[in-house]
Amino acid sequence: MTEPLIFELSSPGRKAYSLPALDVPEVPLTELIPEPYLRKTPAQLPELSEPDVVRHFTHLSKLNYSIDSGFYPLGSCTMKYNPKINEVAVSQPGWKDIHPLQAQSTVQGALRLMVELQELLAAISGMDAFTLQPAAGAHGELTGLFIIQAYHRARGEMRDQIIAPNSSHGTNPASAAMIGAQLVTVGTDERGRVNIEELRSLVNERTAALMLTNPSTLGLFEEDVVEMADIVHRAGGLMYYDGANMNAIMGVARPGDMGFDVVHLNLHKTFTTPHGGGGPGAGPVGVKQFLAGYLPVPVPTRRDGVYILDADRPESIGKVRSFYGNFGMLVRAFTYIRRMGSDGLGQVSRDAVLAANYVRARLNDLYPQAYPGTNMHEVVLSGRGLREHGVRTLDLAKRLMDYGFHSPTVYFPLIVDEALMIEPTETENKDTLDAFVDAMRAIAAEAEVNPEVVTSAPHSAPVGRLDEARAARKPNLRWRPGGDQEPAQVPPAGEEKPLGV
Amino acid sequence: MAGDYPDDLRYTTSDEWVRREGDEMVSGITSFAAEQLGDVVYLQLPESGNHYDAGQTYGEIESVKAVSDLYFPLAGTVAAANADLDQNPGLVNEEPYGLGWMLRFRPDNPGDYDSLLSAQDYEQSTKDRH
Repeated sequence: MTEPLIFELSSPGRKAYSLPALDVPEVPLTELIPEPYLRKTPAQLPELSEPDVVRHFTHLSKLNYSIDSGFYPLGSCTMKYNPKINEVAVSQPGWKDIHPLQAQSTVQGALRLMVELQELLAAISGMDAFTLQPAAGAHGELTGLFIIQAYHRARGEMRDQIIAPNSSHGTNPASAAMIGAQLVTVGTDERGRVNIEELRSLVNERTAALMLTNPSTLGLFEEDVVEMADIVHRAGGLMYYDGANMNAIMGVARPGDMGFDVVHLNLHKTFTTPHGGGGPGAGPVGVKQFLAGYLPVPVPTRRDGVYILDADRPESIGKVRSFYGNFGMLVRAFTYIRRMGSDGLGQVSRDAVLAANYVRARLNDLYPQAYPGTNMHEVVLSGRGLREHGVRTLDLAKRLMDYGFHSPTVYFPLIVDEALMIEPTETENKDTLDAFVDAMRAIAAEAEVNPEVVTSAPHSAPVGRLDEARAARKPNLRWRPGGDQEPAQVPPAGEEKPLGV
Repeated sequence: MAGDYPDDLRYTTSDEWVRREGDEMVSGITSFAAEQLGDVVYLQLPESGNHYDAGQTYGEIESVKAVSDLYFPLAGTVAAANADLDQNPGLVNEEPYGLGWMLRFRPDNPGDYDSLLSAQDYEQSTKDRH
């Protein structure tokens, strides 16, 4: 990669601005800011002209890969195309130029949008009430578990165990740990479904909740979900729905009808708000009526024909984020839902499932499906067949870049050897799916006759193969003036890890 | 390295190996586990003096691919953990049975050693998992 850092492009005295002559009396800085807080040496900021800055960031943007540049089948992430009408909607002055501390009477439209979005999400998921505050899926999980904890405590029960399948997203055990609960893992049976007999043996008076993704991370629908809900409920526990895979069932089936009590949805996955570097996330949480009192304050609501932010909720778990959530994302998701309508959202899920099954049918002779059968919106295959040629799934992932595709998720779920988790989404046409399948097949052929070209990939990316192990072991986290590029010290054991996942 | 299971060691189904050295025992993870994990980047190992039951989680191993628990092979008390792995976790991949060792411990009951898997039985258990 040839683009230098903006600090390296800096030249003393170069400016991207010019200020007019001062036409007010000059005040010494020490009269405005107490002396101890003034810096003694100037900040080492890059000094560049405006075209230098614009070109630098334009060059960087060209090195990026995004859903606007190509196919992005990153399983479990639902990297679907984000319609541009969302951006048109959110750039209206009534949305983008308002302030969260403005008087409520002057932002009735914004409050109405939040109330109506809460109602739409409740209808889609089969829940009774929603909070829009959480800023990500994992944040939604944490919020949902706090609500579950508050519910049990209010009943005088100290339930300290959260059950999650061994196929679950890593955020599930992490969220359980964050609320101080003990994680109990339930296994997967030979069909790739939650082992229901094992679940039966694990639930007891300590069970706070079962966290379940349906369809699971294996892309398989948990047909026994109603029975699972019954097992958990009879033991006094609650059912938590991880909405990461909602794109498989939206408009067709509802978590609320399956027996779930708490749900989070990922607006940045299912509801076309930007995902990844493109923008902040949003992970609204929905609950059944008996839990509504615990939702975070303030709750946008309609009262006597006026929209208000209701903070008078004595049972609430409190705020989970500053202000009211990532409002811009709420406008985009609202736009998407209203534009699609309920029939349209059902079609989204049907097409997403069709696309993933098409990819499976065209690939599973070379890349066997982990648990054979019809899948939902994503499919988990195994790259283990390449191993005999000395090629790993990681190499396949790197080689896909040379064919112009983003890699699928690899090595997850953990229970699948050399896992390849492919989620094409509904927004891709058959030509794109075929081109991707052809690339996957071509790489399998390369692995046989010329494994070197695969194991040394990528060849066409801005940078070649990165040394991920060295990056994690000896991270070099910041640029230092004068090119002093000492690697950061690895902290002693027991302190912070070099790099989190 | 995979498929390399020295005959003078004993093994667990959770991929630990154990070597008897006088009154103490030394343990680490097998070449099979190291290969499955990929490049190891971080380990969290226990304090000396900690007591664990057989199969109890005593630490954590993180690779570029995944984070896994480490399981104590036999009931016993930690005598030492391998401090070299702090600075050089890659030793686990390079020499899983040598410099990549993780624990030295005093078993509660040295006879427990005989209940562990032989190299041959362990190798069979890895094949069943493919």
